[in-house]
This record gives sequence, structure tokens and C-alpha cells, in this order.
Amino acid sequence: MDIEQPTTTAAGIDPGPAKVLGPGHDYGTVTDKIGGVVFMPFTKTPRQLFIGFACGFVLANVFLLAITWLFIRGVGIWGIRIPIAWGFAIVNFVWWIGIGHAGTLISAILLLLKQDWRTSINRFSEAMTLFAVACAAMFPILHLGRPWLAYWLLPYPSTMWLWPQPRSPLIWDVFAVSTYATVSLLFWFTGLIPDLATMRDKARGPVARTIYGLLAMGWRGSARHWSRYQKAYLLLAGLSTPLVVSVHSVVSFDFAIAILPGWHTTIFPPYFVAGAIYSGFAMVLSLAIPVRRWYHLEDLITMRHIECMAKVMLGTGLIVAYGYGMEAFIAWYSGNQYERFMYMNRAWLGHYWWTFVLLILCNILIPQALWSHRVRMNVRAVFAISLVVNVGMWLERFVIVVTSLERDFLPSSWNRYYPSVWDWATYFGTIGVFLSLMFLFIRGLPAISIFEMREVVHHLVHPEEPSPAHGD
Amino acid sequence: MEIEYEGQSGLYGLMASFDRPEPLLDAAREAHAEGYRDMDAYAPMPVEGLAEAVGFRGNSVPRIVFAGGLLGAAGGFGLMWWISVIAYPHIVDGRPLNSWPAYIPITFECMVLIASLTAVVAMLGLNGLPQPYHPVFNVPQFERASRDQFFLCIEATDPKFDLAATRRFLEQQKPLEVMEVEA
Repeated sequence: MDIEQPTTTAAGIDPGPAKVLGPGHDYGTVTDKIGGVVFMPFTKTPRQLFIGFACGFVLANVFLLAITWLFIRGVGIWGIRIPIAWGFAIVNFVWWIGIGHAGTLISAILLLLKQDWRTSINRFSEAMTLFAVACAAMFPILHLGRPWLAYWLLPYPSTMWLWPQPRSPLIWDVFAVSTYATVSLLFWFTGLIPDLATMRDKARGPVARTIYGLLAMGWRGSARHWSRYQKAYLLLAGLSTPLVVSVHSVVSFDFAIAILPGWHTTIFPPYFVAGAIYSGFAMVLSLAIPVRRWYHLEDLITMRHIECMAKVMLGTGLIVAYGYGMEAFIAWYSGNQYERFMYMNRAWLGHYWWTFVLLILCNILIPQALWSHRVRMNVRAVFAISLVVNVGMWLERFVIVVTSLERDFLPSSWNRYYPSVWDWATYFGTIGVFLSLMFLFIRGLPAISIFEMREVVHHLVHPEEPSPAHGD
Repeated sequence: MEIEYEGQSGLYGLMASFDRPEPLLDAAREAHAEGYRDMDAYAPMPVEGLAEAVGFRGNSVPRIVFAGGLLGAAGGFGLMWWISVIAYPHIVDGRPLNSWPAYIPITFECMVLIASLTAVVAMLGLNGLPQPYHPVFNVPQFERASRDQFFLCIEATDPKFDLAATRRFLEQQKPLEVMEVEA
């Protein structure tokens, strides 16, 4: 069956749908193209994937080394000292969990908004969410000092007769992050079930057939099953949408509910959520652009996807810029001397003034280049900007955590923070864990949702029907 | 492959294959109008209206999820209330023991958690998955149901099922092929 590319008139007002998929695809070819990435023989797998995985795996081993030393010696090996008790652990926690948020945004919110360009990138970004949350969740636990007692965070009937404190944002965090990890896993796996069935039917070797067969659980594409499936998937999207907003709001409460200048602001929840999406889209771009090139997926992840993501990055970046502006304005307008001092110290009096300058450069100034259509259509430029934003968003959390804690109310308790080599090893180590998992995922599971691409194909043949989205 | 047709015991049903969703949808509607009830359609992607065409009514997933959400919210709030008021009463910041606004974030998270778990478990449970064996997989062509072909299967348990008549009916629907499905 051949698909005619709809003319601009057939596609209606928005010529967009024509560009979410390259020409000449039908139900079978999208299946073979995406499934082919998984069933590619090892000799044909792009060399870059092996190199990427090797780099990630080396760093993952650095991580194991760093936490082994941590378990032996305790958190004293890190640069934390009173009053800077949070340090890198919390900086990295917030950074990773923020990165995860783009995955949920793409898969849930863009699904509800019926954005057709989400389909090629949702599976990939959901996996990214899952692995980013895994990296994030390790940090508060490692930071506990006695990580083997992490279960004390949960409410359970203990012989000590102690219970967690429900009025503390730290315990809200436990619930928010664990719920987020669970729901992200459910969402990702539910989305995978029909594609696992495709993998089962495509697999030729008995081992692959058995593994995919077990995971597909006997999915056979029955109309009744699809009906319940779509309802469940839509409900998961509906539940994830407020969840993703709540998770980073709760993360921001960890700061905002404390009375420390630099943390105690009401703008934190919305500005943290925007920052999370900002960094998440940057990470999706940083990963999708190379993978798209290595596997020649240019007709599935088209320039339209890249441009849309660049626009979301620009938009959320502006919200973040507004947040920075508001922080500065309130520091001045409140007339509170501690707030004013905090801001002066952060921006130029303190010894970490340069991190603030770099942060403004990375998060506000450089991404403004995305206003230009030419820059957005230049894959290399978008890739470079996405890396810059990743660095910028990490610096943001560093500035918030460190410069505020270094200078609290009492000069007698002031101190300076320097990260140790173990701080860096743990941080880069989690990047290694993340990359290893990402590359394994791309190699072993369909990185693009196949059945949803079939819906896109169907929609391209019948542009008059409602756009392909789950549910009603 | 010899199938015993005596009493149609070795037969699960008759299956027609299509290369596009539209003829499948038409065939399913036609079959329902003809009086067939025990049937199912198989597609590599969700097809609008197909479940209704094969006579599927009453998708109960949303109601079950709603109940799950209520249970989660009540459980989350109840647990926080019980911890702060009964199990471990502790005055913090001079606030009352039942300082309920502080319990809302956890109430919300528990609602989302239980509702999501319910959605997946209910979907799989009602669909009868995991299911290790199903007769439709005995048809060699059926592996394309997860790729690019669309199938309608009228099951032998249907009172109106008659091997010859049903085959004739399915052949009128302009399928690619009509196949017998071993039980």
C-alpha cells in the first residue's frame, strides 16, 4: 500500500502533520524501521553507540567506586560542612529530577493537547524520565549518611514507635518522588505493551521471542483490549499531568518552606516547574540529536520535532528568566536586608559570583539565539544550545543551594563550600549510569512508539479524521 | 494440519484478514448486523469505533480508576491524620495536631499512585492478560496483526456460526483471505 503525501490543502490549515514523518511510509515500513533498530545485527550497530555505551559504563563504574568509598567513610568525603549541609547531593537531585520532567510533559501533557509531533519522541523521553528519576532518587538516599536505613523515611510500624513528620516538605518529597518513579514506570511499560507484541512477532531467535513474549503478556491487539487500553493510557496521562507539576513543586517546597534567604520565596514552585521542563527538553535534544543521526532516523524524528522542542525550550527558558528577575526584584522591593544581602552576595560579592554570571549566560543569554528560525533549523546549533542549557540548569541549582547556605543570618556561622573529588565522581558517575541505561534501552527496546507511528500513518492517509491521540 | 470438524470441536473460529482498517470496520459492523455476537477484531493499532462495532459496551476502566483514586486519597489523608493525631502526636510550630492543609501534598500523591496502579491492573485484568495461550496465534498470518494487517474472527461458539455460511459471509466482505483458526 502506498501512501500519498497529503497536499497542503488536504492537510488543512496546519501543514505540520506532513512533516512529522518522512515520505513513503506505511504501517509495515514504520514497523520495520523502528523494530529494525532493535534487531540490527551487532556488526551493523552504529559504532558510536558502542563508544557512547563504553564511556557511560566507565563512568558508571566510577560511580560504584565513589559510593563504595562513601559507604566505608561516610558523607565526610564530600565537601559538605555546616551550614552548607546539602551541597552536591541536593544540587544533583534537583537537576536529575528536573530532567525527568520533560519526558512526562511530552508523553502526558502533549498527548492531552493532541500535539502530533510528540509521537516520535515520547517513548524515548519516557525512558529518559525513568533513568533520570533513578539517578535523582539515589542522591537523597546517599546523602542520608546511613543509606542502609533509608526505609526509615517511609511510614511503617517500627519498634521505635516513630513516624515521619507529615508537616515537613522532606516527607512530601519521599511520597512525591516515589509516586513519580512508579507512575513513570507504569506509563512507560503500558505504552510498550503493544510494541513488545510487535517485537515478539518480529523476533526470529528463540531467546528474543521468549523474552519479548513474556513481556508482551499475550497481547493480541483485540478491539476490546485496545478500547480498555486507550482508556487506561488516557487516564494515566491525565494523572501524570498534575503529578509532574506537583513533583517539582514539592521539590521546590524543600527550599521555599525553609526560612533561609534565597530559598524562602513563593515564586519557587512555578519557576522550578518551568526550569524542570527547560532542562528536560534540553536533555531530550542532547540525546535525540545524536541517536537520530547514528540510526538514520531523520524521517521519523524530523526537523519539525527538533524545532518544536527548541521552541518549548525557548518558552520555558523565558519563564525561568522571569523567575530570576522576580527574585532580584523582590530582594530589592521587600526592603528586607537579608534578602538584599543574599542577592548581592550571590551576584557579585560572594566568591561564587562567577557561577551566577555563567548561569545567566547559559540559561538566559545564549538560548535567545533560538528566536532565529535559522538557528532552530540548524541541528548542530540546537544541539550545542541544549548542552549549554543542561550546564546552566545545573549551575542554577548550585547557585540556589550553595550561595544561600554559605551566608545565612549569622555571620558567625558563615562558611565556604568546595566540592571534593568524590562529589564530582558521584555526579559524573550518575551521568554514566544514565547514559549506560539509555544506550541499553535504545539497543533492546523500540525507542519510538511503533503503534503510535502507525496511527500517524493512518492520519496522514485520512487527514479529515481527528488527529491521532489515545482515548476520546 | 488436519482439523477435526465433527461438532466443530477443533475449531476456534473463522478469521478474515484485511490490509486496511476501513474494510475491517465495515466487516465488523456487517457481522454484528448479521447477528454474530461472539467475535473479535484484531488491529496493530487502536481503530476508532472498532470495539463498538464488535459489540463491546461498558468500558469499566474509568469507574474502577475513580474508585482507586478515592481510596488512595482517603488512605493518604487517613494515614497522615492518624500519624499526627493518634500514633505520634507532636506539636510542631504551635500548629494544631490535625493541621490538615499540610497533609494535602501526600493525599494528592497517594491518590495519583493508587489510581495509576489501578488503571494498569484493571486494564490488564479486564483484558485477561497475561494470557499464555490464545488460539488466534495458531494462524501463521496472525503475526502481522502486530504489524500491518487487520483481522476479524467470528468464533465457533456463536449460535449463528456455521462453517460454510460464515465462510461465505466473510468472503463477501472482500478480505485478503479467510482462514480457519484451530482451537
